[in-house]
Amino acid sequence: MSLHREEPKSFSFDAETLVKAKQVIAKYPEGRSRSAVMPLLDLAQRQVGGWLPRAAMDYVAQFLGLDPIKVYEVAHFYTMYNTKPVGRHHVQVCTNLPCWLRGSDQVVSACKKTLGIGVGETTPDGQFTLSEVECAGACVNAPVAAINDDYFEDLDEESVTRVLEAIKRGETPKHGPQNGRMNSAPLGGPTTLKGEG
Amino acid sequence: MPKLTIDGQEIEVPANTTVLQAAEMLGIEIPRFCYHERLSIAGNCRMCLVEVEKAPKPVASCAMPVGEGMVVRTSTPNVLKARRGVMELILINHPLDCPICDQGGECDLQDQAVAFGRDHGRYAEKKHAVRRKNFGPLIKAEMTRCIHCTRCIRFTTEVAGVPDLGGIGRGEHMEIDTYVDKAIGTELSGCLIDLCPVGALTSAPYAFRARPWELKKTETIDALDAVGSHIRADSKGGEVLRVMPRNNDDINEEWLGDKSRFAIDGLMRQRLDRPYIRENGKLREATWDEALSLVSAKLKNTDAKAMAAIAGDLADCESVAALKDLMTDLKVSNLDCRQDFAQIDPSCRAGYLFNAGIAGIEQADALLIIGSNPRREAPVINARIRKRSLRGGFPVGVIGPKMDLTYKTEHLGESAALIEAIASGAHPFAAKLKAAKNPLLILGMGALSRHDGGAILASARKLAEACGVVKEGWNGFSVLHTAAARAGALDLGFVPAQGGRDVKGILEGAEKGDIQLVYLLGADEIDMSRLGRAFVIYQGHHGDAGAHRADVILPGAAYTEKNATYVNTEGRVQHTRLAVFPPGQAREDWKIVRAVAGAIGIHMPYDNLPQIRARLCDMNAVFARADLRQPAAWGAFGSAGTVADEPLKTAIANYYMTDPIGRASPTMAVCVETFLSGAEPRTGTHG
Repeated sequence: MSLHREEPKSFSFDAETLVKAKQVIAKYPEGRSRSAVMPLLDLAQRQVGGWLPRAAMDYVAQFLGLDPIKVYEVAHFYTMYNTKPVGRHHVQVCTNLPCWLRGSDQVVSACKKTLGIGVGETTPDGQFTLSEVECAGACVNAPVAAINDDYFEDLDEESVTRVLEAIKRGETPKHGPQNGRMNSAPLGGPTTLKGEG
Repeated sequence: MPKLTIDGQEIEVPANTTVLQAAEMLGIEIPRFCYHERLSIAGNCRMCLVEVEKAPKPVASCAMPVGEGMVVRTSTPNVLKARRGVMELILINHPLDCPICDQGGECDLQDQAVAFGRDHGRYAEKKHAVRRKNFGPLIKAEMTRCIHCTRCIRFTTEVAGVPDLGGIGRGEHMEIDTYVDKAIGTELSGCLIDLCPVGALTSAPYAFRARPWELKKTETIDALDAVGSHIRADSKGGEVLRVMPRNNDDINEEWLGDKSRFAIDGLMRQRLDRPYIRENGKLREATWDEALSLVSAKLKNTDAKAMAAIAGDLADCESVAALKDLMTDLKVSNLDCRQDFAQIDPSCRAGYLFNAGIAGIEQADALLIIGSNPRREAPVINARIRKRSLRGGFPVGVIGPKMDLTYKTEHLGESAALIEAIASGAHPFAAKLKAAKNPLLILGMGALSRHDGGAILASARKLAEACGVVKEGWNGFSVLHTAAARAGALDLGFVPAQGGRDVKGILEGAEKGDIQLVYLLGADEIDMSRLGRAFVIYQGHHGDAGAHRADVILPGAAYTEKNATYVNTEGRVQHTRLAVFPPGQAREDWKIVRAVAGAIGIHMPYDNLPQIRARLCDMNAVFARADLRQPAAWGAFGSAGTVADEPLKTAIANYYMTDPIGRASPTMAVCVETFLSGAEPRTGTHG
């Protein structure tokens, strides 16, 4: 793992995160606080701004009394922890089979075109990072892209461009299905259970 | 006890045995990579698949506990097909670089690929490659060859207690890594080389030196610490190229400290390969005849009271016995083997041995460490303590400096006065020792080599008796030596005879001019500047402190170059075997002493190895039984006096350079640079 990049030298939870961290630890029985490693890494990642520098992992290890290497292992195993810096908006497009069948290739190329970057790259202004991810667990609304914590579903070239342009303008587009569906209900209204009896 | 059938043979095994272990009891070998009997079970290589009746698919036998009435088949066509598939998957990312890999010829993967693999690969895609990693100066990491068995991770975490290694990333991108690019900070790091089933972790100093089939393998005993680990010295062309541990459950299990494994390149440097005589202040090469006649003239013409002999830390029992015989004949009473001024009482054998035995550590249920750092003084023993500690219910108290021993300890304080406090029951740790069934007390040289060492010894004996450390059926009073020669020399009584001087007295006498001749048998750890104007005969194998001061040098053999006897810290008599011959004109040490005696005109009653071994048995009956630990009777030892209220120190500051071999070794020098530079002292061997 290459470490030859600019990393913050130190890290510690700010007051707000510290309160949350203590709440998380309180969920586990006495002496089992190390179980909190994943939520704490998530909190650290949010505080840093979407990624985990080594200092943050070391801090979490020390916070929970774990060997640092155990925390590195966890952070590198799960793909939702980013060990390299990402942009403010992390666009994660699912390209697994169901999404691909429903046109994720077009979604990816629309993202590339709109953002002007390739997969795995970050825009020069640090606003967007584009990633391809494995199954996001929303196949029923394929194709999907997760932008930070929000899922944008039932995408196509036009809708994903619209969403990204809106974010670029500083707006907060509505998340969820982008083609008028309600959640995962059929498009165009109910198809069964329409009668009275 | 469940009964099961493996390949048609029935066997009854204890519950919780795994199928693989049960098969092993029947002599049925199941191939494996990740399973290792001294590590936890991972079950990730899948090489040990077997067929179990009623199971829908092949089962990993290493992780499968036996069940009553289980019917296992280990070599059906289905099993072989499954293993062939596993092997093909393992080989997908394994480079075909056996010709340039040091593991070649002793590689589990190579052997098992021949036995269970296909005759060719079907994989034509790109292979995974891994950036070169730095695991320190001892381990050469070629992680492209890694098959992710995780033995190294489990060893560092479980046995060595230094969790430096981990699996970073996932799936095919998983890499074994320290993540932060650091050397693996354990004194047992060499064991990773033995554990790695492929060529991913190989020995850095041994890289590209030899192939296993070219080596002459000699089973012998290590002499670089007092553990007496069983080793195999692999040699080629008169040079010991590597040392590997042999399994011995009573001593080192299958581990070995890095010094014992890697200091051997020091055996080829700074060697004394011919006699030397000092003329006009300079050492010149000499013949044996010249050297012997000079030595005999000096020995004959010096007053017995003005002569002294000091045996060093690597001296074997045969040479110590011969030197003692010679000195007794010359009526010299100034003999000592305790170069570090350790005030060990030689009168009672139980007073200077590790009475509990190394394997006995596992029976102990409380431990008090006084003035010792077992991690540096005997890493293998420290691993055994850690093994016991992991089972729980094992309070460990430490009196001495604060140190990281890799297991949980309770630091009681630094002052030696605490020993008295515990002995009197005033200190709370006394209750823990008294409550234990088999309490253990480890007493280090750091405590005994102090000016009040004799009083500390007496006070530790008092503590042992007061807290139940010594009782019917258990003797937990354990002295941890740092020198391989010490216990043997004490058994032979190489200590001041009636009215004789000890090392301290000898040095004081030499400074004043009362001692005019000093015979150093491999003694390099004393302060040579204090020998004054004395005539110094140095017999040894390395041009170290002793040789620099010497007036005559008699070149001897190192521990890999002679059939010699050593007694380990437990009191176990063990024999080394000659792996290579001593260089040049150097000779086996007892023969040199015998030749010196011959030159004076004293006839020694032994001409060959069996005869000198018989002489050892005459001097002390323990030498009659080799390889067995012989319990010593408890008695009174130690000397009266008060224990000073001063902080205790430990004996070894620099683990890698405790002896002339380590100091001559370039590998050890690099280790010192890597592991000890910074906070700890770089040179010197005394704390």
